[in-house]
Amino acid sequence: MRAFWSYLGYDGAWTAQTLRALSELAVGKVAVVEHLDLPDAMQHHLMHMGFTPEARVMVVRRAPAGDPTVYAIDGFEIALRRETAKSILVRQTEGA
Amino acid sequence: MSSCCTTDTIELPQQPRVAGKLQTVALVGPPNSGKSTLFNRLTGLRQKVANYPGVTVEQHLGRMKGIGRADLVLIDLPGIYSFDSYSEDARVAVDVLRGEMPGTPRPDAVLLVLDSLHLRRQLMLAAPVLALNLPTLVLLNMTDLMESRGGEVDTLALAQELGVPVAKISGAQGIGLNAIAQFLNRRSEPAVETTQAPRLELPVVGNARSYRQWATGVSSRTKYKAPLSSEWTRKLDGVLLHRVWGPLLFLVVVFAVFQVVFTLGNPLSDAFGNVLYGLGDFVGRFLGDGWLKSFVIEGVWRGVASVLVFLPQILLLFLFIGVLEDSGYLARAALIADRFMKGIGLNGKAFIPLLSAYACAVPAIMATRTIENKRDRFATILVTPFMTCSARLPIYILIIAAFIPNRPVLGDLLGLQAVAMIGLYLLGFLAALGTARLLKSSILKASSTPFILELPQYRMPTARGLALRLYDRGKLFTKKTGTIILCATVVLWILAHLPIHATLPDSVIGRLGHWIEPAIRPLGFNWKIGIGILSSIVAREVIVGTLGTLYGADPATQALHLQAALRHDLTLGGAMALLVFFAFAMQCTSTLAIVRRETNSWRWPALQFAYMTVLAYLGALATNQLILHLMR
Repeated sequence: MRAFWSYLGYDGAWTAQTLRALSELAVGKVAVVEHLDLPDAMQHHLMHMGFTPEARVMVVRRAPAGDPTVYAIDGFEIALRRETAKSILVRQTEGA
Repeated sequence: MSSCCTTDTIELPQQPRVAGKLQTVALVGPPNSGKSTLFNRLTGLRQKVANYPGVTVEQHLGRMKGIGRADLVLIDLPGIYSFDSYSEDARVAVDVLRGEMPGTPRPDAVLLVLDSLHLRRQLMLAAPVLALNLPTLVLLNMTDLMESRGGEVDTLALAQELGVPVAKISGAQGIGLNAIAQFLNRRSEPAVETTQAPRLELPVVGNARSYRQWATGVSSRTKYKAPLSSEWTRKLDGVLLHRVWGPLLFLVVVFAVFQVVFTLGNPLSDAFGNVLYGLGDFVGRFLGDGWLKSFVIEGVWRGVASVLVFLPQILLLFLFIGVLEDSGYLARAALIADRFMKGIGLNGKAFIPLLSAYACAVPAIMATRTIENKRDRFATILVTPFMTCSARLPIYILIIAAFIPNRPVLGDLLGLQAVAMIGLYLLGFLAALGTARLLKSSILKASSTPFILELPQYRMPTARGLALRLYDRGKLFTKKTGTIILCATVVLWILAHLPIHATLPDSVIGRLGHWIEPAIRPLGFNWKIGIGILSSIVAREVIVGTLGTLYGADPATQALHLQAALRHDLTLGGAMALLVFFAFAMQCTSTLAIVRRETNSWRWPALQFAYMTVLAYLGALATNQLILHLMR
């Protein structure tokens, strides 16, 4: 259980920084990429496209059908499906 | 398959290089960095497109005439994010740069293009490229845009950080190209070699994280200030990707394209046709009245000209596709369509090959290489030929113009002919979807694969870029008309005139036609249409040439234009059935050959051919019978 909490970023006291899946973020929110949990090849590809730990990502808009979602990272706009974004864990920054 | 090879004499130098002498230069850069525009600037119109041996990644070569260095060959490498072999593209680019690509010598110098609007991420590619230790010039592209939006970068500091020269350019405006010329000229003189500044630290561990840290460090040390993101792009996306307006505008765009292709294309095509036929008549006057005139004018010229007249419509269609693609709208269209594509079991990425199949299925099938999952990729390959390619346009336009009155449907905005055309495009699209669904729920079942798509900023398409596309397309179409279609019409004319002195129904072709007629009569086709269909197994446009030749050889219809001859000879049911037949049938040997190559087996193209032919026959049968029933 302890490992599970620390995996989520819980360090004994809830701070403003909790880990969430990127897919859960509402449009307009900003967060910092913490960790990717995807197959190797895809993970590397995404990291080279900007999804590296500590990168700031913003949810720009959802496609007309509600999925995929457009994310801004490093000034680029990249669209990901929900199933991919849910494997990208982010730390939501306070006030964002 | 040789349709994409030009007659240009751009050869890669194979002899051992002379010390310090430049021969080949490679152009490297991430996707959307403006590499292709720059390539066109540097090489001008004469470039060679071929495939790398063993893979279907295209190889673009050109002599650097744009900067007065026709002695240098420029290789345009596929756009890559990193040296990771995520895709076939990346593998090819890395192999060429390392000199491991058979048939391509290791480049003597590298031009690394980086989009200065997004320098921080783009610099990540600089690390592995610089580590190759080739003479490199870093080009910061689109600096005009960056500076106008308040961005900054210290190029001198950047050059020091990277240990290689850096130049600000704008490929779209043609600014800063002399820096490239200078770099190459200096490189050509052996005297100044080996005076390079010691290179600063490159990341030792080659992973994304360390590259990113390095790139972030470099960009902050060089005082890089990212420009404000384009207000325009955000605002336009607010509308074009809007929940309601987005899909609606998408449909409006599609309808508008077809309406313009008809209202503007038809008069152009008619005028062009008059010129072509007039030219034939003019030449005919010098040929006397014997068999020579019959062969050259009624046989060959009529056949070729009846296909060639569609050049204006095809160019118009490509102009629109070019505007949509160059402006960045196509990526948005893929985004809008992804949910839908997912619903039928295809990857959103399949949307781009399917869309480019509106031009031609051959490059579209090659473009499926970006789909990582093999089953997804095969399913996409198998449905691609249902998309309405430009080779179907001639027969569609011919039949629609001959049989469908151009009554207004929505006031003056939309005519019945355009609606019929859109209906045919829709029919092909639905057939593709239905087939995809069928394949994905049976023989090609697989879990879904990711959809990762970068949305480029909107850009104004340049006249230069569009002109280049039209030139390429026009050349390809004219070339096909001059080769495959010319051959087919010659053979046909000969068969229509053998044995000597036989009338058309008694000729070899007439007898063959009458022999197959019972099989196609229920579809509402006569024997001439049957011959047209048989001859168009090579390529779809051939049917129009064949009909031109056959009706030209028939005394009853000789004096008529092809449209009038068809109206005289075909029922409405038969005409509509013919449209449906062409919407479904697999009439293209080039496509079959590429499917064979891509799937590495004859099984798939055979299955595809059989399935599509049966569907075409049944579809045409149903259409004709339905119309017969309704008109009774």
